[in-house]
Amino acid sequence: MTATIDVQSLTKEYGRLKAVDELSFQVQPGEVLGFLGPNGAGKTTTMRIIAGFLPPTSGSVRVCGFDVETQPIEAKRKIGYLPEGAPSYPEMTPREFLEFIADARGLPKGSRRARLEEVYALLHLEKVLDRAIETLSKGYKRRVGLAQAILHDPDVLLLDEPTDGLDPNQKHEVRQLIGGMAKSKTIVISTHLLEEVDAICTRAVVISGGKLLADDTPAGLAARSRYHNAVSLKLADASLVDTVRAEIGALPEVAETEIDGDTGRIIAFPANGKLPLVPIGRLADQKGWKLDELHLETGRLDEVFRTITGGASA
Amino acid sequence: MSGIAAVFKRELASYFTTPVAYVFIAIFLIVANAFTFYLGGFYERNQADLASFFTFHPWLFLFLVPALSMRLWAEERKSGSIELLMTLPIEPWKSVVGKFLAAWAFTAIAIGLTFPIWITVNYLGSPDNGAILAAYVGSILMAGGFLAIGSFISAMTKNQVIAFIVAVVVSLMLVLAGYPLVLDVFSAWAPDALVETIASLSFLTHFENIRKGVIDVRDLVYFALLIGLALYANTIVLELKKAD
Repeated sequence: MTATIDVQSLTKEYGRLKAVDELSFQVQPGEVLGFLGPNGAGKTTTMRIIAGFLPPTSGSVRVCGFDVETQPIEAKRKIGYLPEGAPSYPEMTPREFLEFIADARGLPKGSRRARLEEVYALLHLEKVLDRAIETLSKGYKRRVGLAQAILHDPDVLLLDEPTDGLDPNQKHEVRQLIGGMAKSKTIVISTHLLEEVDAICTRAVVISGGKLLADDTPAGLAARSRYHNAVSLKLADASLVDTVRAEIGALPEVAETEIDGDTGRIIAFPANGKLPLVPIGRLADQKGWKLDELHLETGRLDEVFRTITGGASA
Repeated sequence: MSGIAAVFKRELASYFTTPVAYVFIAIFLIVANAFTFYLGGFYERNQADLASFFTFHPWLFLFLVPALSMRLWAEERKSGSIELLMTLPIEPWKSVVGKFLAAWAFTAIAIGLTFPIWITVNYLGSPDNGAILAAYVGSILMAGGFLAIGSFISAMTKNQVIAFIVAVVVSLMLVLAGYPLVLDVFSAWAPDALVETIASLSFLTHFENIRKGVIDVRDLVYFALLIGLALYANTIVLELKKAD
């Protein structure tokens, strides 16, 4: 299968500053790519170049086979784009605004009305359709932006921080919506929220300083964490912590142990390639330790993220 | 063409969903009529024509049209909606033309709403209605020239105040291109041919011809070229600096 988004050695310079530096990656249909990086990493610049808003300094971007520089209109027809901050025309109502998008996108006359109604329903916009966008809450504004992006049922969706500023319920809704569309489309989401990558992405690309630092599945990224396959346990009797820690540390499957300062949990890190969960469970059984909690860590994305991006803040 | 139509429709509707349209039309009508009757001496001249009405149009447009054009692109830049517009499958020149035509149509509506003065002059006497029609056409054409220049300038900044002031100054130069104020700057050193060319760029000279009821192809071509060039420059500026 050919990639629907094909980014080759993309570079964008602003004067002497390299916002994007020799970035290359491909995205296939059915993938939800999480575009991760600290603020100022070049995420938005890359999205803008793919969407055809900014010209690259060098390198190329193809969307569904169309070069965004030489065939911009064809490429833009394939793309649904939610720019950062979901800009729109504040004095218009969502109905007027989406009718304009339908005009601009040239939605076919026959299915236009039905598609508009469908999108209003999908994003729960019915109640606010005739209020000026500037009077709407941040959540509704974001949903109007999303409605605009999906209206023409594009093959490629580029969403720049789609859940930024939404409350947890709204975030959940937007993620469900994205998940629902994922099978048939190519979706790129830029975010600095790691939970989001975990929740919806099938693949994650980490960039910092405009350079690609990692390209992996969320699970693969998590596996890079030193917490991957670590075991954390919490004792009912806190006074035993030091003894228990020493005994667990002596297990061959455990490389080292650590006490989490806030919660008093003991964390046992696995020795190379070993799985310490079962031996620790057995040991606890034999010794009759009373455990409040015992669980397997899958790896912490935030820690991986910090390690990869060199400690720059998320 | 659908791209132009979509942008045109949105833009024109946006005038009427904000107070801009009503304030603009009200002020235009009040000032146009005040000038006609007080400065122009409509009654005192005792002639059945609208000379005292049309004479002031260049001066009126000089300030009112930039107030309309200043927001065309500067506002899109300021609010970030330019990113949305430029990532829709519409060629930039179509957006430029769509927006310009909307602003022009709006101005034409405002100018059209001065029709009571035409009724008045027909009630009082029997004017040359052909000449009046020609003057209306000239007035709308001239407004188009001001608008295209204002739109071009608006595309260069995200600050509407700057867009307004620069548009007023540039328009003033064009209005006065045939007058000593501008020509003296050049006549001292520039060859006569250049000075004459600059003089021939004056809005006033071309508008005066049409206003008198003489529709000369050269005057029409002048405004058409001016509008075309300004919109072409507008498109280039837009493509060169979309983001900042």
